[in-house]
Amino acid sequence: MIPSIPSSRLFQLTYRFYVVAFFIYLLLPLTIVILFSFNDSLFPSLPWKGFTLDWYLGTREPRLGIFHDSELLESVWTSVVVAAATTVLSVVVSLCNAFLFEREEFAGKNLLYLMMLVPLVIPGVILGVSILIFGSSLANHIEAWWGFDIEGLRPGLPLVVLGQFAFITTICTLVISARLRKFDQSLEEAALNLGASRWTAIRTITLPYLRPALVGAAIVSFLMSFENFNTTLMLVGSDAPLTIAMFDRLREGSTPVINAVSTLLMLFSGALAMASVFVQRPARG
Amino acid sequence: MARPERSLGLFLLMTPLLLWLVLLILIPHLDMLLISLQERVAARQYQLSMSHYLEFFTEPLYINTFIRTALMSLLATGITLLIAFPVAYYIAKMARGRSQHLLFLLCLIPFWVSELVRTYGWMILLRESGIISQGLLWIGITSQPLEMLYNDVAIMIGLVYGSMLFMVVPLVTTLGSLDDSLVEAGYDLGGNHWNVLREVIIPHAAPGITSGCIVVFMLSLGNYLTPVLLGGKSSLWFTEQIYTQFITRFNWEQGAALGILLLLLSSLIVWAGLLLSGQSFRKVMS
Repeated sequence: MIPSIPSSRLFQLTYRFYVVAFFIYLLLPLTIVILFSFNDSLFPSLPWKGFTLDWYLGTREPRLGIFHDSELLESVWTSVVVAAATTVLSVVVSLCNAFLFEREEFAGKNLLYLMMLVPLVIPGVILGVSILIFGSSLANHIEAWWGFDIEGLRPGLPLVVLGQFAFITTICTLVISARLRKFDQSLEEAALNLGASRWTAIRTITLPYLRPALVGAAIVSFLMSFENFNTTLMLVGSDAPLTIAMFDRLREGSTPVINAVSTLLMLFSGALAMASVFVQRPARG
Repeated sequence: MARPERSLGLFLLMTPLLLWLVLLILIPHLDMLLISLQERVAARQYQLSMSHYLEFFTEPLYINTFIRTALMSLLATGITLLIAFPVAYYIAKMARGRSQHLLFLLCLIPFWVSELVRTYGWMILLRESGIISQGLLWIGITSQPLEMLYNDVAIMIGLVYGSMLFMVVPLVTTLGSLDDSLVEAGYDLGGNHWNVLREVIIPHAAPGITSGCIVVFMLSLGNYLTPVLLGGKSSLWFTEQIYTQFITRFNWEQGAALGILLLLLSSLIVWAGLLLSGQSFRKVMS
């Protein structure tokens, strides 16, 4: 079953056919979503009623396009704010983690490393629920003892950021550690020999070396935060990020404006994904 | 050897990690465990009790949903593995040069698209007024529109589709490291396709298979969106019941108990998977 081993023509053909069928299956739902964002009908379904841009540019109900749908636009902005905050938090903590695990030796390192991996195997709903419980009980205690309410511990955007940060940090740590592991420490030592302080050496030598991984980790965490649903669902308050707003629309049975949003999302995350591949490429050389 | 400057650095580096793990992972989960063990006896009066766990074991709906979610997740994992393996093998061993890169990138595309959008795509395809139903009607295979949404098959399609990538990528990585000459040796020694697959290829791919299966299983078990949207009201998914307890019925104690049970189940199955395949958690996850 490798090219150098002869196999029957029928087998090869069947195999090719299977692989092609797989990729059709993979791309079909996405293609359909894009296609129906241009259908001139109130429902995202057949029959095809002709081409329209109303679901992007329409200005009035029932043909309100995404660019004029203030409710969806607001949720996009909410998602951007949440994702930006999550990204900054995750990347900073992950950078510390990477230095801690790659450079330092201390008792209990293995145990801490395993603990660091644990968020990957906690289902998103459970992670959200546990943070919801902790936030509320903390808020309740503070209210009972000192008599004031901390809004940030009740369901809402700060809690959403913390919930996403809780598992995205693990992923960022893995990305940044992988690159730091390949760093040649003698470069830093050379800088120290030349009279640089430890901080200067790290800032001028190590951090520039880590930049592709940092940018890559930032892009990954931004995308993961932007698209997260499970954890967000449990922690969300009155301001809904985009995924939650779209979910509510889908349940109501929405117009193809959802297709238009999805298409733009695909373009946006596709571009970011390309950027992250591009940024990290020289690292492999 | 520990210079004071050095230990200050260690302290500064460790603080964010400890804050993160203790405040966002450890305490919240302990808190959830505590809440699940509480029973409300009067307004603002709680006492320690196992009643919420007893409730789980005496209420057939919970038990059935629990078992059903686990079995469907296992099935989804198996189907994903079966579909993904030949594709991963093709990408790793049969495709060459540029087409290899291209196929691999193609596999990544759905991953970059939000889970919601992927599920929505399947809704458009499967619903009564959807593409497949209308297509079959048009060809003349059926005489009236078919509702293919809101059943177990639809949930399964969604689960398998959504987690495909997490199976393909580790498989491509491990299969890519398999030396062609080993496969050739297998054939030289008189093996047929099946023998070589069983004796050479699968043992080599075991780490990839394990990590793929664990991730896919976890994703299916913890999934909320796909069962709810594709399975409709009859989805009977365990995360949905947890959501109902917390958000709709505001019965946090019961919800927490269900959450702890789901966490136990997933840890148990992941642990069993690692044990059976002789892999380490650390290796599989990084």
